[in-house]
Amino acid sequence: MSRLDRAGIAALVAADIPPGSYVNLGIGQPTLVADHLAADAGVILHTENGMLGMGGAATESEVDPDLINAGKVPVTEALGASYFHHADSFAMMRGGHLDVCVLGAFQVSFAGDLANWHTGEPSAIPAVGGAMDLAIGAKSVFVMMTLFTDAGVPKLVPSCTYPLTGLRCVSRVYTDYAVFLLGPNGVEIRETFGIEEDDLREKLSLGGGGH
Amino acid sequence: MTVVAESADEAVAGVRDGATVLIGGFGTAGQPMELIDALRRSGVGDLTVVSNNAGNGSHGLAALLEAGQVRRIVCSFPRQKDSYVFDELYRSGKIELEVVPQGNLAERLRAAGAGIGAFFCPTGVGTPLAEGKETRTIDGRDYVLEYPIRGDVALIKAHRADVLGNLVYRKTARNFGPVMATAAALTVAQVLSVSEAGSLDPEAVVTPGIFVDRVVACPSPAVFAEQGAAG
Repeated sequence: MSRLDRAGIAALVAADIPPGSYVNLGIGQPTLVADHLAADAGVILHTENGMLGMGGAATESEVDPDLINAGKVPVTEALGASYFHHADSFAMMRGGHLDVCVLGAFQVSFAGDLANWHTGEPSAIPAVGGAMDLAIGAKSVFVMMTLFTDAGVPKLVPSCTYPLTGLRCVSRVYTDYAVFLLGPNGVEIRETFGIEEDDLREKLSLGGGGH
Repeated sequence: MTVVAESADEAVAGVRDGATVLIGGFGTAGQPMELIDALRRSGVGDLTVVSNNAGNGSHGLAALLEAGQVRRIVCSFPRQKDSYVFDELYRSGKIELEVVPQGNLAERLRAAGAGIGAFFCPTGVGTPLAEGKETRTIDGRDYVLEYPIRGDVALIKAHRADVLGNLVYRKTARNFGPVMATAAALTVAQVLSVSEAGSLDPEAVVTPGIFVDRVVACPSPAVFAEQGAAG
């Protein structure tokens, strides 16, 4: 099997979301997961700006400036949608009511630390949004990202060098080359795409082999 | 007792230099453009603004920033595709920024409105945004101590009001309105229309009039297109 493209990663994530889950998809790549959720799976999408039962992107005639998602893109209502204010929306995260959130990342550590909000560069304007609340709040936090930067540097790392979003919060990392399970036993490679496991371990300085 | 103001200018009258102003909205959804424009026209300055974002394009909150009336902004997501007014002010050192995780922003406002002195929260533990803050381990989990955010004034946008100040909202434009309404000494709401008592379904009222000091009808509010941007 060859290296996955974004749609391939999104399909893999979607297949792992249990039917009937309440799910928050982060801005950027994770929004692609919605395209791969089966209509009959009963997955209910949450958007941080106050809605459960978020439908797909609005067509031109459906655009309503009062109905947008976390990325500020016009969306629609799914059947049975509901609206609520921000404190309730974040209680859904922080109170542990959301089953799954899928986030992008700059880096994830072997222990599940997440860095996805700030590059830390002096010229960068910090902006955290709801990332820290999602990271510590959802029952399962999945990360979806390319495994390497454009310069070929691994983003799954022994320890994050970017400013942290949350500690030991990520349980799975879906990438173009492999799916990783993070837990008390360290990093487990569930499957690989277009790369040998030994080669992958070496590139990531994961050591071992098998488990 | 809620007062029905005749104009947006009348609705924001009395805000003082140096005030902390809570401004509703998530991007432009729920942003009270007409109230912000009136605040800008009043010429008040040295403001601290608390809002989820730091303005879009060159209208509403962005125009208030551009006019140099805001000294400090507290928000979760200042950087957006169309936040060029804020970006320029920040990079040239003309505005102070406090970044607050979005859930903490909402809960700190809620705490202010509910009379809570402070609360322990798991968000941000071990991150730069918790540096220097008190922490405590409760039942094996780590928490950070967070304090309320109170406003001298809250400017919010709801869908409709009655003369008693009861408010209903529309779709995701609700966002911060209900919590901000509770958290300020003076809460001002702009709405499409203000109707007689009894005209709103009591079961559908989201913000009861006790939290609202002034309402003003802005029957044709400005609508600005969003430029899809994060957070």
